Amino acid sequence: MQTPVNYLARKHWKQTGTIVLIGSIYLLSSWILKFDGVGGIAAIPKAFSWLGVNFKPTANSVHFLPSIWQKLIGTVMLAIASTVVASLIAILVAILGSKVTGGSSLVQTIVRGIASFFRNIPLVAWAMILLFSFKQSDFTGFLALLLMSVGYLIRAFMEIIEDEASETMLALKATGASYFQVIFQAVLPQIMPSLISWILYMIENNVRDATLVGILTGTGIGFVFDIYYKSFRFDAAGMTVLSIIIVVIALEVLSNQIRKVIL
Amino acid sequence: MLEVKHLEKSYQKDKPALTDINFSVEPGTFVAIIGPSGAGKTTILRSLNQLIKDDGGQILLDGGDLRTANKTQLRGYRRQIGMVFQNYNLVERLTVIENVLHGRLGYKSTLAGMFGRYTEAEKQEAMTLLEKVGLEEFALRRCSELSGGQKQRVGIARSLIQHPKVILCDEPIASLDPASSQTVMQLLKDLTTEFNIICIANLHQIGLAKDYADRIIGIRHGKMVFDEDSDMLSEEILETLYDQNVTEELN
Repeated sequence: MQTPVNYLARKHWKQTGTIVLIGSIYLLSSWILKFDGVGGIAAIPKAFSWLGVNFKPTANSVHFLPSIWQKLIGTVMLAIASTVVASLIAILVAILGSKVTGGSSLVQTIVRGIASFFRNIPLVAWAMILLFSFKQSDFTGFLALLLMSVGYLIRAFMEIIEDEASETMLALKATGASYFQVIFQAVLPQIMPSLISWILYMIENNVRDATLVGILTGTGIGFVFDIYYKSFRFDAAGMTVLSIIIVVIALEVLSNQIRKVIL
Repeated sequence: MLEVKHLEKSYQKDKPALTDINFSVEPGTFVAIIGPSGAGKTTILRSLNQLIKDDGGQILLDGGDLRTANKTQLRGYRRQIGMVFQNYNLVERLTVIENVLHGRLGYKSTLAGMFGRYTEAEKQEAMTLLEKVGLEEFALRRCSELSGGQKQRVGIARSLIQHPKVILCDEPIASLDPASSQTVMQLLKDLTTEFNIICIANLHQIGLAKDYADRIIGIRHGKMVFDEDSDMLSEEILETLYDQNVTEELN
């Protein structure tokens, strides 16, 4: 019989068992792959000191700054533009697809399907696929980021609507307000802070991802990094990475400030 | 006059949530519905404005049946029925006056309502009602800055601006402290008389129900077991209603 005492004892054994299981899965898979975890960790200090020596921007690499920053600003703008357009599309689709504001269950299923389709194809794959149609251009990067962001934001916005807007929606429905009145007067104002918070997060994310997409599509800051890297100008590549880090951190600080004000 | 006849509802087969609910209420009456949790109080209340679709019976507001109304007609009925919620259900980010004005949406064209274009008269009335609930100084505050009792009074003002014949209150004081509860109950009682409306409230506080309501309906397992003036509520009835001794609450 299940008593509190032996329930707790069994729970203890289950937890121990889980830890042992995870450990043995790691050991088994590294054995199959001939992966040497300890050796890898031991190499970390050496790798970083190599990075420190070779990627350290020097006085010479300051010359590259103007062209780096010109490209970097362009990339940030691209990331912001694609996120903004993605947000507009996502909010419309999310309203159609959420459980509280959405249409029939068929529509909801379709929206969920579309969102997960766009979300689950990796960004790199989107960029490669779109390269065929749109060639090496900013637009390819813009579109790859857009499709990915739309997938994520639809999902996030639907959950926000379901969590935050259902109570006020009910209240306005009870006053005899029509569907569009409820959406504009209750749902949108209610979810606005969370919406903006997600959009800011997506912008931060997209600035990081835009670098990667740039390497693939041959545009923006990613392309600049790629050129320096492949031509062994590691100090300039290091300068590019440093600039990206500064911008990403600055954006994060800025968006945290905005969040503080609006929430 | 609001008449409820043979109202039925079940969420699962063979497990009726409501069986044969019958009552009628005259304007100017404050009715409290009491009963244990899960007895069906909220189901009754939400059937009255069809937020929950019931399974059978009639709900007549001045002779017109809400249950058979089409979409447009139902909108017309709903705007005559105000609703006050346990969690206030205000748009917290908007100002107090905007939330009060939401009560007018049912009367407006879709476009005017969507963009919140209210007439001068509506704005004036919103201010008058805020004065009535004692919140005129808070008109431009965000609702998120208000206390629970104040939020509930905004909710009441929002329902009053609908010019309702009926106000439904779903556990209006369950989240409030005793002092705010008294204020809200007194307010509901006074407004019922002043505007000659029907006020129906689900309550867990038997003492307050007895003090403020004109009439009490007792629900147990989805059936009406009591429907009398509030002074008729006795300890024996409460014992059958709640299955246990809750009479201390009365004293």
